[in-house]
Amino acid sequence: MSTVRYTPYHPRWYRRRVSVWWWLQSRSYTGFVLRELTSVAVAFFALVLLWQIRALGRGPEAYARVLARLRSPLFVALDVLALAFVLFHSITWFNLAPKAMVVRLQGKRVPDLLVAGANYAAWIVLSAAVAAILLRGRG
Amino acid sequence: MPSTVTLAVARYRPENESEPSVQTYEVPFRKDWVVLDALNYIKDRLDGSLSFRWSCRMGVCGSCGMTVNGQPRLTCASFLSSEPPGPIRVEPLRYFPVVRDLVVDITDFMRKLKKVKPWIVRREDQPLAEGEYLQTPDQLDAYKQFSMCINCLLCYSACPIYGLEPSFIGPAAIALAQRYNQDSRDEGSAERLQILSEHDGMWQCTFVGECTKACPKHVDPAGAIQQYKLTSAAHWFKTLLPWGMK
Repeated sequence: MSTVRYTPYHPRWYRRRVSVWWWLQSRSYTGFVLRELTSVAVAFFALVLLWQIRALGRGPEAYARVLARLRSPLFVALDVLALAFVLFHSITWFNLAPKAMVVRLQGKRVPDLLVAGANYAAWIVLSAAVAAILLRGRG
Repeated sequence: MPSTVTLAVARYRPENESEPSVQTYEVPFRKDWVVLDALNYIKDRLDGSLSFRWSCRMGVCGSCGMTVNGQPRLTCASFLSSEPPGPIRVEPLRYFPVVRDLVVDITDFMRKLKKVKPWIVRREDQPLAEGEYLQTPDQLDAYKQFSMCINCLLCYSACPIYGLEPSFIGPAAIALAQRYNQDSRDEGSAERLQILSEHDGMWQCTFVGECTKACPKHVDPAGAIQQYKLTSAAHWFKTLLPWGMK
């Protein structure tokens, strides 16, 4: 930069570098970075599920061992943390859904609340269905 | 009510400083004054060497965008009375190279804007004898919001992605591409999709959403980009189908 000499016809621009801590500069930036990080929690759940399926394929004893491992305080703590992240992930994305999906009915834009509401409704119905299957399996 | 207010203004005089400094000015506090009025007061009465851009004073020209108290704002729409007590910090728009004081170089944006062909593209122009292209109010509604953009660049200044990846084509350029895509008279959406599907196009956006919050004209560039992503993804899925497009 310093090699460029300033003349009235040749500007010498000043470029500020973005700080490594830019994501702490405002609450919405921090929220955004946290939302991006939630993908780690989603991947964690997927890996645990794959691990369980593999154990299931190896027979009842292997499966019991994995279940015992999953009941350890470390895994319970990780699960709670991951669940919190995944909930944050789902809720923030549902709230953003109306921005990405513009639904028009009879030429009028469907209000944002309704688009987000439909997402939440689908979430509740699916969760209830999964819960029903799990609870019936138990009873 | 205080009789004066302090403005802490970023100065950069490339002929004798290598980086910006801050200069404070004491200006009269008036209820009906915006930050731009205060800057003009400084220029007229206190320090004629202060440089900044402005034109219309009414939120139409998009020239007076600056960082006011850390937020990208139009200075003509930022009332002194709405700012928190204490000095008002006025800095140039973030992420753009500073030419002098509060003036930034927007060449990068002008180049990107042209890339998305922000005009009506026709495969073949309708002969004059056939008259004008007609449009219904509903067809106008489909793109009207995006056409309100005044190129003030507050959205670029609010976008951390643009700060980190200066090659990103950016919010306003994509919103303006969408403005023409949604126009019933336009036939250029396939060309624009090509350009915006490139590495520096829409997929760089990770939906921070700050551009929409910063927009003084309620264009909602973040929404435009996400809608564009949906269109692009749908287009890609169609190409996978055996009877799909080539």
